[in-house]
Amino acid sequence: MTFLGIFKRDAKKHTVLASGQVVPDPARCVQCGICTYNCPIGIDVRVHAWRGEPVQHSQCLTCGECVARCPRGVLRFEQTDLFAKGTS
Amino acid sequence: MNCVIIGSGVAGIAAIEAIRSLDSESSITLIGDDPYGFYSRPGLAYYLTGELHDRALFPRTPDDFRNLNFRYVKGKVTKILRAEHVLELEDQSPIAYDRLLIAVGAQAIPLDVLGAHLEGVLKLDHMSDAKLILKHARRGKTAVVVGGGITALELTEGLRSRGMKVHYLLRGDRYWSNVLDEHESKIIEHRLREEGVTLHYHAEIGELTGRNGKVNAARLLDGQLLKCDLLAYAIGIRPRLDLAKQAGLAIDRGNLVDEYLQTDDPDIFAAGDVAQVYDPLSGRSVLDSLWTPARQQGYTAGLNMAGRKTAYIKAPPFNVTRLAGLTTTILGTVGRGRDDDLVGIARGDSETWRQLPHSLVAQTGFDVNRLRLLVGEKTLLGAIVMGDQNLSLPLEKLITGNVDISPIREKLLMPHAKIGDVIAEFWSTRNSRN
Repeated sequence: MTFLGIFKRDAKKHTVLASGQVVPDPARCVQCGICTYNCPIGIDVRVHAWRGEPVQHSQCLTCGECVARCPRGVLRFEQTDLFAKGTS
Repeated sequence: MNCVIIGSGVAGIAAIEAIRSLDSESSITLIGDDPYGFYSRPGLAYYLTGELHDRALFPRTPDDFRNLNFRYVKGKVTKILRAEHVLELEDQSPIAYDRLLIAVGAQAIPLDVLGAHLEGVLKLDHMSDAKLILKHARRGKTAVVVGGGITALELTEGLRSRGMKVHYLLRGDRYWSNVLDEHESKIIEHRLREEGVTLHYHAEIGELTGRNGKVNAARLLDGQLLKCDLLAYAIGIRPRLDLAKQAGLAIDRGNLVDEYLQTDDPDIFAAGDVAQVYDPLSGRSVLDSLWTPARQQGYTAGLNMAGRKTAYIKAPPFNVTRLAGLTTTILGTVGRGRDDDLVGIARGDSETWRQLPHSLVAQTGFDVNRLRLLVGEKTLLGAIVMGDQNLSLPLEKLITGNVDISPIREKLLMPHAKIGDVIAEFWSTRNSRN
């Protein structure tokens, strides 16, 4: 995809990974906030990236919007125990 | 103890976090002259393209700052009185310190041509610069961009995204010639052209002309006249050394510090883009202009200021960025020589990327997925990953972890080797063992 395409693209549908969580690599993160800006339920993903903590948030849909939008590959999905409880 | 930090960038904020992790009592003062305080400088690129609004660039809330319990002074330090341990400020009362951190960053090297003072001749250092660029960017109008490295492309892509016609001038025959190889430069240039950017090679500005004080054209040395409504430049950055010079601190290209981020004054530290940091592993002192090293240096400096002696061990620098829409990871040492489009280091850059290693090059890929490795005697010294980023994380770990790649070295250097597959297999075998 060319760069103008990236800027114009609409949110895509992503596979929901019910047993996954979003994990940041803080060394790649420049705190631009694109992840937080694009989170459909308003989770501050960027703070997790600063602290190097997985997004263990009870409301996280694992929709993948933050993973897909991050321009620096900071975020990835990691499988978790299907029955693990998230924190709020 | 009374800790004072000059500079509201990531190094300064990380230093406060480090001090507070050890000490909740000491007084901390942060003095910053950026009217917007702490924000994501690299994120300005996405603000320019319109992917983010400006309010999204601030990673901290006022509550976060209250929790760190420091005093914020918006102002400009004009002098460090070392003997008295006092800072003089412009139009404000002096501030005393016991331990001082200089984290004032770097600034764009000014364009040195006739007409550079005209309105509409713009750089991209701060939030205020980005706002000024957007104020001048008009759909259908024409912009000229000069310079190299990541910032020149951020300007080019940002202005193009805002609907401007963009001419990008290169002094030499290719883009970012001392980090990218010829093929990689061509990939980027091709993608820029596809998006409607007009590239000019061997093009150098002779003078800028204006009307009513506003830039209206760039005359090139070959006589060509490019009409423009805006000219943006990114010809390199230079550490802000005025304070260190005035205070008589040791300087070279940056503010010289040892591995504890300490200057030649035991009560003064420096971190981030302003600091030229001694690396005990290589024996060299280098400049980086990267977010993560700035954060790590600031944190280490903060620990040392608070009394916990901690060395900063420089990891091989890496940056993940987007060049002409192509996600690109640059790891370790990858290039050589000088780049005619840059006077010094660029933003998002590291001098280490250009320290020529004793290594051989293995490369593979086609236009939008490219992988180049710099293979040392026993380890990988550097890598560029363009496009598909699946190998970016494994390579980051192999290079920063100095992992012995002897078992696959020969395979990597075979003609037409599928180096991506070799790395992927090595990585997964290694992971399944560990």
